[in-house]
Amino acid sequence: MTTLSPTPHAAPSAPTQRRRLYGVIGEFHDPAALMAAAEKVRGAGYRWWDCHTPFPVHGLDKAMGIRRTILPVLVFGAGLTGTTVGFCLQAFTNAASFSIWALVWVTGYPFLISGKPLISLPAFIPVMFELTILLAALGSAGIMLLFNGLPRWNHPLLTSKRFLRVTDDRFFIVIESRDPRFFASRTEQFLKDLGAKAVEMVEA
Amino acid sequence: MTSLQANRPTALPGFQESDNTAENPGIRAPLVLNMDRFNQVTRQVCQVAESKRPPFAWYAAFTVSLGLVGLLGFCVTYLIFTGVGVWGLNNPVMWAFDITNFVFWVGIGHAGTLISAILFLFRQKWRTGINRFAEAMTIFAVICAGLFPGIHVGRVWLAYWLFPIPNQMDMWPQFRSPLLWDVFAVGTYFTVSFVFWFIGMVPDLATLRDRAKGPIQQFAYGLFALGWRGSNRHWHRYEVAYLLLAALSTPLVLSVHSVVSFDFAVSQLPGWHTTIFPPYFVAGAIFSGFAMVVTLAVPARQLFGLKDLITLRHLDNMNKIILVTGCMVGYAYSMEFFIAWYSGAIYEKFAFVNRAFGQYWWAYWIMVSCNVITPQLFWSKRIRTSIPIMFALCLVVNIGMWFERFVIIVTSLANDFLPTSWDFFTPTWVDMGTMMGAFGLFGTCFLLFCRYLPMIAIAEVKATMPQANPHWSGYEAAHGHGDHGSHGGGSAKPSFASPDAQRSPGGSPNGSDLTP
Repeated sequence: MTTLSPTPHAAPSAPTQRRRLYGVIGEFHDPAALMAAAEKVRGAGYRWWDCHTPFPVHGLDKAMGIRRTILPVLVFGAGLTGTTVGFCLQAFTNAASFSIWALVWVTGYPFLISGKPLISLPAFIPVMFELTILLAALGSAGIMLLFNGLPRWNHPLLTSKRFLRVTDDRFFIVIESRDPRFFASRTEQFLKDLGAKAVEMVEA
Repeated sequence: MTSLQANRPTALPGFQESDNTAENPGIRAPLVLNMDRFNQVTRQVCQVAESKRPPFAWYAAFTVSLGLVGLLGFCVTYLIFTGVGVWGLNNPVMWAFDITNFVFWVGIGHAGTLISAILFLFRQKWRTGINRFAEAMTIFAVICAGLFPGIHVGRVWLAYWLFPIPNQMDMWPQFRSPLLWDVFAVGTYFTVSFVFWFIGMVPDLATLRDRAKGPIQQFAYGLFALGWRGSNRHWHRYEVAYLLLAALSTPLVLSVHSVVSFDFAVSQLPGWHTTIFPPYFVAGAIFSGFAMVVTLAVPARQLFGLKDLITLRHLDNMNKIILVTGCMVGYAYSMEFFIAWYSGAIYEKFAFVNRAFGQYWWAYWIMVSCNVITPQLFWSKRIRTSIPIMFALCLVVNIGMWFERFVIIVTSLANDFLPTSWDFFTPTWVDMGTMMGAFGLFGTCFLLFCRYLPMIAIAEVKATMPQANPHWSGYEAAHGHGDHGSHGGGSAKPSFASPDAQRSPGGSPNGSDLTP
């Protein structure tokens, strides 16, 4: 059989970009089944995998072997920053008369009112307290989003019609294709064996 | 924990199915009625935002609110162009309706954070039904509150002088003044409440995004859902962050109204210079805030069909809190009087006798009858669980709390140390219009929220259902019958409908709690 070489000006018929496999998702109908399956996925040695649930299922962290986040430590640091900023702001503006450069030259303005001490810690406490709370709260929300890789506009999982029910009443285990133990057909079968009601390949 | 009985309303004898207020030791009262599937919660909450058009009452209320916003806009514009002289302020009474409204609205906001944060820390799961719109109420109330100090400064265009911004005059705000603490307290309170509200809403916005049909809805909800997809690794950090936000909001909510009370307590005016003010203001704020939550919850659950999620028990619990805080407020009133007498300060004593029997006696007695006498009716369970009566009483409490702030502010200012400087404050139409307009602003924001955002924390409500517990015996019973897979839409079998299923030997140890 002779093969014809393609004509030079012919447009390529195949899509220019092949879609990559993101992973395989297994659907479960209740938290109990998900939890049992999660323990087995972890036991099988997968690393790049996750459970997706409509609400936090308690005990799942342990089943998945998720270690405690260091978020509170960082939030404590953010709070301390707030306290310091609060004190420095008030001490500089109300007690110090020196100038600093911060985009423009700013000068402190010590103004004596009814003989009150310039650095009066009791009077500074409300603002220090509020700034502590403010920075800690913004920090806790911001660091949480940062660690979670949010916000993001799109995600391969959200292209799956089936997966959209994760925010309603379905529970999913997702094993990503980048996992060293991932083999499409074998992982698919593995999820089926764990009792997944449906299994689907998701492309990135 | 035996939460599996929670979904058995029939287990409470002698009451209709929708009445879940009976106390039955050993059996947890259900938090969600008539639902056994997660999908039902989703649908019930989302249908408000997804319906083509809201109920007629929504349009009616929205029209009225929008009209009042117009009035507010007119009054504020007139004020800015003319000066604060258009208010009824006079020489001793330099704060009246503006600060009354400010303190009133800040107080209204407190219940939202209290429900979200303090009840969350105390693991009070009944908060999940009401926390979302209570938090929304907080945001909008603080917006209304922030308006008043903003416009009462006279030269509104120089309001930025309140902020520590470097300027060419080398002038800085005076950080030893309680008025500036207020700027930071209310600013922080708004920001933190907003973050708390929004972060709590992200998973529910994702629900709306995933159910959205139209491109505009998909885009808008998708934008604010931040790409949330329920990952458990995300939930883990999310729950820690949410707990931290609650733990930070709890001292914050107590500090904010304390700082607001410092505006008065740190002065030397008789009637203001009182050490009981911080706790007394916080109790009053929670009192009025809960009254406002009930005032909003009653029509909202009726109008949008949320009676299974905001149950009578929620309202009953809130009425109990109103009763408790009402007693605290009553105690504070009497203690103020006692200290005015006991301290021997003649100006202080005069200020309080004058409050009750002077030219503003009517305001004082409105305050006492609304705030001290009215909530006592809530000792009766029949009143506490009667929808029309609780609605009326909560409206009365709101009126009373507005008068409380009026009494504190105006009576102290109008009759200060020197009788020669005394004057009587009468509100002008601009005062009244601005006050009404603030209610319109609040109503408009709240109605828009009801229409377009998840009014109930869907994910949190689901997590309180017995089916959410991975050890719930109903699943095993369902699996034992072998028909679980055939239920296309259902994640859990309605097992409370068939008690036999729960008593099956295959059930988890929890099942044994069911047997009487």
